[in-house]
Amino acid sequence: MPEQDKASKNPAKWLLGTLAKSLERIGAEGLYYLEQVGRMGIFLFACLLNVVRPPYKLFPIVRQIHFIGYRSIFVILFTGTFTGMVLALQGYYTLRKFGSEGLLGSAVALSLLRELGPVIAALMVVGRAGSAICAEIGIMRNSEQIDALDCMAIDPYKYLMVPKFVAGIVSMPMLTFIFNVAGILGGYLIGVSLLGVPGGSYFQEMYRSVDWADVEMGLVKSLVFGLLIIWICAAKGFFLHLERSGGFGAEGVSRATTSAVVLSSVAILVWDYLISAILL
Amino acid sequence: MVDAPQKNIAIELIDVERSFGRQQVLKKVNLAVEEGTTTVIVGASGQGKSVILKHMLGLLKPDRGQVLVYGQDLAKLRKSQLKEVRKDYGVLFQNVALFDSMNVFDNVALPLRERTDASEAEIRANVEEKLALMDLEGVNEKYPAQLSGGMKKRVGLARALVMNPRIVFFDEPTTGLDVSKSNEIYRLFHKTQARLKYTAVIVSHDVPKIFKLADHVALISDGVIEGCMSPEEFQLSDNPTIRTFVRETMGPIYCSEEEERFIHEEA
Ligand SMILES: Nc1ncnc2c1ncn2[C@@H]1O[C@H](COP(=O)(O)OP(=O)(O)OP(=O)(O)O)[C@@H](O)[C@H]1O
Ligand SMILES: [Mg+2]
Repeated sequence: MPEQDKASKNPAKWLLGTLAKSLERIGAEGLYYLEQVGRMGIFLFACLLNVVRPPYKLFPIVRQIHFIGYRSIFVILFTGTFTGMVLALQGYYTLRKFGSEGLLGSAVALSLLRELGPVIAALMVVGRAGSAICAEIGIMRNSEQIDALDCMAIDPYKYLMVPKFVAGIVSMPMLTFIFNVAGILGGYLIGVSLLGVPGGSYFQEMYRSVDWADVEMGLVKSLVFGLLIIWICAAKGFFLHLERSGGFGAEGVSRATTSAVVLSSVAILVWDYLISAILL
Repeated sequence: MVDAPQKNIAIELIDVERSFGRQQVLKKVNLAVEEGTTTVIVGASGQGKSVILKHMLGLLKPDRGQVLVYGQDLAKLRKSQLKEVRKDYGVLFQNVALFDSMNVFDNVALPLRERTDASEAEIRANVEEKLALMDLEGVNEKYPAQLSGGMKKRVGLARALVMNPRIVFFDEPTTGLDVSKSNEIYRLFHKTQARLKYTAVIVSHDVPKIFKLADHVALISDGVIEGCMSPEEFQLSDNPTIRTFVRETMGPIYCSEEEERFIHEEA
C-alpha cells in the first residue's frame, strides 16, 4: 500500500497521527466519565425529588431500615467495641508520655465522635448493605425486572430507590451513635479496668472536653456517608446495562458490586476530609 | 368484517429503524395496530419481534422513525407522560421477568398495591380470581424460582391482566405450555377480549393456532414487515416471503429430510 509507505517515511506525520490517536482516546475516556458523572448526578436528583414528593409509604422504608440499620447493629457493636479498645490502648501509651493519662476518656471520645465512629461505621455498612443493594438492583436490571416495573407504570425510583435512600439516611446516624457508645465503653473496659486509669476521670474529662460541635461534625458526616453509600451502590446497580463492559450476567453484577464498594469507600474517605476541612 | 368508517389506530410504527452496533435489526418497520383488535407478529427466531415490542413499550428508542401510541410519539414524551401511557399497558415479557424475590401472590398483587388504593381484601379477591383464571390455585406462596416454565408464563399473564389493561403485549404467551393449557389460554384471551375490548399485540410461534385469535397478522422478515393482513389473506397471499413462511409453518409435519424432499417434490 503506497499510502502507508508514505506515512511511515514521514516521521512528522506519523508522530502527529499517534498524537491525535492518543488525544482521541483521552477525549473518549473523558467523555465516558463525564457522562457517568452526569448520569449519577441526575440519578441522585431524581431520587431525592421522589423522596420529598408524595405519596409516602412507610412500610417499605421500615423494611429497608430493618435491613440496612437493624441487621447491621451486631457488626457495628463488635467493631465499635474493638475500635474503642484499641484507641484506649494506644492513647494510654501516648498520653502517659506526657503524664496525662487522665485525659484518656476525652481522647477516646473525641477520636470516635469526630472521626472514627462515622468513618468505620460507614465502611461497615458499605460492606454489609451497600454491596447487597448494588447486587440486588443489578440483578433486577439484568433480568428485566426494572423494565417490567417501568412497563407497569410503577416508577422504579419511587418504588425501589426511595425506601433505600430514606433508610440509609436514617440508619447511618443511629449506627454511628451505637458505634460511638460501644467504642467509649470498650475504651473504658481497657483504660479503666485493665490499665488502671481512674474511672471517674475517664468520664469526667469526656464531659468536659466534648462539646456540641464534635457531636455535630459526627452527625453531619454520618448523614453524608449514608447518602453517599446508597447513592453510589444503587446507581451502580441501576445503570448496570450502561457499563462499558456491558454488565452481562453474573459476572457483570459481581464487577459492578466490587466497583460500587471500592468507589463508596473512597468517596467516604474523601468526603471525610472535605467535611473536616469545612467544619473545622 | 364491516368496514368501520373510522378506524382508531392505537399504535403506529412509522419507518422505524434500529441497529445494535453494526447489526441493523429493524430496517424500515411500518405497522399500525387498530384499537380493539388483535395483531399477531410472526417471524423466524431472531428477526426482531421482541425488539418491535420493546419499541412499542418505550423501552427502546428508534434510531430513526416514530412510534406513536394514540398519536403520541413515545420518544418525545416526558417521563411522567410515558408513565401515563403505560398505565394502559399489560405486558408479558418473553422471559416473563417476574420479581424473583417476591412470591406469586405478591407478584400479581404488586400493580394493585402500587397503583390503586384498593384494600387488602379487594386485592386478594382480584388476585385470586386472576390466578384461578390461569389455573394456578395453591401456588400463592411459591417463589418464581420454584415454578415450572409454563407456570411462570401463566403467572406473568395473570400479572399482565390484573389491572384490566387497554392494550396488552404478549411476547410468546403460550411457549412452553402443553396443548390443552395453551388452548385454554387462547379461549381465555378470546373471552377477555370480547369482554374488555382491549387492543392486543401478540408475538407467537404458535402458527397456525394463533391465527384463530388474530385480526391481523404481520410477518417480520429481514427487518421489514411483510404485510399486515387478516389471517385468511395472509395464508393466501402471493407475497413470496409470506408464502414461504406459510408453507414452512403450516405444511405437513416433516419427519426426516427424505420425507421433506418427497413432499416438496409432490407440491
Ligand atoms: N439489547 C440488544 N443488544 C444487541 N442485540 C440485540 C439486543 N436485543 C436484540 N438484539 C438482536 O436483535 C435481533 C432480534 O432479536 P429479538 O429478540 O427481537 O428476536 P425475536 O424475533 O424476538 O426472536 P425469538 O422468536 O427467538 O424470540 C437478534 O439478532 C438479537 O441478537
Ligand atoms: Mg423474542
